[in-house]
Amino acid sequence: MERIPILKMGDFLLVSIQVDMDDRLAMSLQDHLTDRVVKHHARGVLLDISTLEMVDSFIGRLLGSIATMTRVLGAETVVVGMRPAVAITLVELGLSLGKLRTALNVEIGMELLGSLTNASTEGAGRERQAD
Amino acid sequence: MTTPSINTWAKVLAKDSDALVKDWQREQKAAISARPDLMTDSELRSESVEFLELLLAAVDDGASADISAEPWAPSREFLGDISRSRATQGFSPTETAAFVFSLKQPAFALLQAELKNEAALLGEVWSFNVIIDKLGLYTTEVFQLSREDIIRRQQAEMLELSTPVVQLWEGILALPLVGTLDSERAQVIMENLLQGIVDKGSGVAIIDITGVPTVDTQVAQHLIKTVSAARLMGAQCIISGIRPQIARTMAQLGVSFEGVVTTASLADALAHAFRLRNLHVSQPQSRS
Repeated sequence: MERIPILKMGDFLLVSIQVDMDDRLAMSLQDHLTDRVVKHHARGVLLDISTLEMVDSFIGRLLGSIATMTRVLGAETVVVGMRPAVAITLVELGLSLGKLRTALNVEIGMELLGSLTNASTEGAGRERQAD
Repeated sequence: MTTPSINTWAKVLAKDSDALVKDWQREQKAAISARPDLMTDSELRSESVEFLELLLAAVDDGASADISAEPWAPSREFLGDISRSRATQGFSPTETAAFVFSLKQPAFALLQAELKNEAALLGEVWSFNVIIDKLGLYTTEVFQLSREDIIRRQQAEMLELSTPVVQLWEGILALPLVGTLDSERAQVIMENLLQGIVDKGSGVAIIDITGVPTVDTQVAQHLIKTVSAARLMGAQCIISGIRPQIARTMAQLGVSFEGVVTTASLADALAHAFRLRNLHVSQPQSRS
């Protein structure tokens, strides 16, 4: 079965979705990703969806639940490169995903992950300051 | 329909076409619809001659009274061009249609002089009348369509012009909104802003609503949607330019921009954006 590759980069996991997501693929991504987070003791996950052109409510909710799951496992998830059309669709579906962390591109996303994981080791105060 | 006799009147008209054009032109000029300020005599004459030629050619091709049929295509095209050009020149629909309808009078006179048999005359006049009526209505229809085209184009231009996305600083975009926000405009604004964020790679966007006269629940909803969509893409939004009276009505309506940074002026928003980007503005030390 087709699988979305999960790459390990230091403390972080990098997932780039390059194919059309169907529900089964999305579920398998969720399962594998949580397994890998535990296996590699990852502290951050970068989810690149810049080539994703279509989302439905299922995929949208899944993005939110992946972030929640990895946070429970001690890894922050940053979703990067969401297209305007995808963002509009999610908002129209009523999925604002308030707690999801996002960034414009992979570079900014990596910076954000770096600062998030630093902040969590140095104490919660720093994140406040950045706001 | 008196299709078999369709040729007879055409023959009569063709025989005396020069005199007919002259009469027709006099008729057009005498009519209240004549606009010497918009068209010269020679233009009118060449148009009249060309239309008559096309009309007779169509009948020669065996055209029936159904003007949507193939033989009428050149005539339709010609009338369409005339209608469109007159619509842009500022003619009224009546004046445009009168171009075709004013042919009736001189043509009837010609037919009357030519055909002595009253029944035949009536048949010819009728079949001619049917076609001229349809062609006349066709000009009005095209006239209307071209006017609608103009209106649509202007609307689209206004939409485009009214939602400029400008870059204030590297990584900081601004969207100054002027005028009432309806659903359609809000949609365009949202798309423009999000596309601007992608194109410029900006992490901060300021939506300035100083020029928006009223903010009701619907407008607030549109703004919140835009902010949420931008956030999903990884950009932060600031809403600025909230006037005191808008703040009062919003509070009374129970509208709140929860979770969105709002400021009273664009300057405050820019200062906030600088803080978000870790930029510092300072006055240079004076040299004295």
